Amino acid sequence: MKTASGDAIIKLENVTKSFGEGEKKMVVLDDFNAEMERGKITCIIGGSGSGKSTVLRHLIGAYQPDSGKIWIDGENVVGMNVKEMNAVRKKFGILFQTGALFNSMTVEENVALPLKEHTKIPKETIQIMVAIKLEMVGLRGSGHLKPAQLSGGMLKRIALARAIALDPKIVFYDEPSAGLDPISIGVIDKLMKDLSSKMGITSVVVTHELPSALRIADKIIMLFKGKIIFSGTPEEIKTSADERVSQFVNGRPDGPIPFSKTQKDYGEELKEMSYY
Amino acid sequence: MFGYIGRKGFDSKYALEDFFREISGLYYLTRSTLYCTFIEPLRGKPNKWGPVWVQMDEVGVKSSTIVFLVAFLIGVILAFQSAYQMAQMGALEFVGALVGVSVTRELGPLMTAIVMAGRVGASFTAEMGTMKVSDEILALQTMALDPVKFLITPRFIAIIVMLPCLTVMADAMGVFGGYLVGVNILGIASTSYIDNSLDAMQLKDFITGLIKSGVFAVIIVMVGSYQAFIIEGGAERVGQNTRTSVVISMILIIFADLLFTAVFYYFT
Repeated sequence: MKTASGDAIIKLENVTKSFGEGEKKMVVLDDFNAEMERGKITCIIGGSGSGKSTVLRHLIGAYQPDSGKIWIDGENVVGMNVKEMNAVRKKFGILFQTGALFNSMTVEENVALPLKEHTKIPKETIQIMVAIKLEMVGLRGSGHLKPAQLSGGMLKRIALARAIALDPKIVFYDEPSAGLDPISIGVIDKLMKDLSSKMGITSVVVTHELPSALRIADKIIMLFKGKIIFSGTPEEIKTSADERVSQFVNGRPDGPIPFSKTQKDYGEELKEMSYY
Repeated sequence: MFGYIGRKGFDSKYALEDFFREISGLYYLTRSTLYCTFIEPLRGKPNKWGPVWVQMDEVGVKSSTIVFLVAFLIGVILAFQSAYQMAQMGALEFVGALVGVSVTRELGPLMTAIVMAGRVGASFTAEMGTMKVSDEILALQTMALDPVKFLITPRFIAIIVMLPCLTVMADAMGVFGGYLVGVNILGIASTSYIDNSLDAMQLKDFITGLIKSGVFAVIIVMVGSYQAFIIEGGAERVGQNTRTSVVISMILIIFADLLFTAVFYYFT
């Protein structure tokens, strides 16, 4: 199989994806190209509905693109069957927006699950490995708790411990800082930074939290309507001349990124309504 | 006018399409569940028994009280209802036979299945539906774990073992309820009640009841799981699909019962 060029561990080539059919057809990703470098933190930012979550769902194999190729660590994951995809999935971990911990299991069992299911490591060793992972996220004492007993920030950290349980090459983060207080965001940011610098894990972060993206990212990709409108370092995005980028960076309500999502002219639509 | 007919035609075409999509979805899920439960263990991926015990407790042991109560009362009611008619024909001592046959053949398996569809089918859909909504099922998939094997297989094994067991006990409770009424209130002699019952009840009836309850178990777990796995969106859909799952299981159970009764009627 052909490998991706350069040191890009993840590469999306001409990915197109649309939802719905006929009149309701909505193109979410339009001829999308992007690369994520090995061992670096790449942040994908953009407003709501810009297609950033769709990109992530393609990378983890939850969606299949209409056309295009997605290379993960040298393998094209488009059109793979479940067995091949599962082999690729063991190379990456995911931190979901809600944590997605299993509520029926304790924290310890949650973190141990991938180890128990995918390796033949004896129980005692798994216990030690779980303790190490929990220590890495600073929550070693909470192994016996149920997820419902944890705070939002702790949930995310436990979910992160589970995501890195199999020592993956890549970790995907879906809105890691959504709904957290500034201190918890800082803690998660530091963990992500440490994982990438100390263990060489490639991180792909989908977020709309710009301050945290600016703090941790090696490279920022900004999406707008399924297209990349910016790609560069955190320093470059602050000084970008693009109107849309500076609107997002400065958080202005008025600008080229529209505030409302309507296709028709407002006046026309009101006129039509008056007929009824 | 023609436009109206055309629109109706298209509507029913879409409804038909939806119907077949649901049926084929249910079929594929059932197929992969059967594969995961029975064939994969033979190919070196043994089932884990821990979750199965948990589900058996949940499905079987904790449902026993309500199933016993319902079956017992059905026996009591049946005895009272039939006593009046039988007394008019001067055949009061045959109340035992009537209760015994109708409970073991029909009411035991059916009522147990319907109670379980409400109690267990609903909890299957609600539980797995919540997991689906909170991305836990996606998390399983991305951890390269099969959600069917992980979630449905333990429930499948649990209910397919426990429902026939509960049915046996429900049969016993129903017959017992009828006996209590017959002997203590209607004044039938204990020995003649038992003799008449045993004469009328056949092992064949009892076994067909068990076969039916096995099929009902498959209906409950597959409809419940399917309704959970198709949930997209939020908590609202979990409620809707839980309701749908109970309604569909009940309808399918009645239809399956009809089918079995017809088949047994013609072929035995």
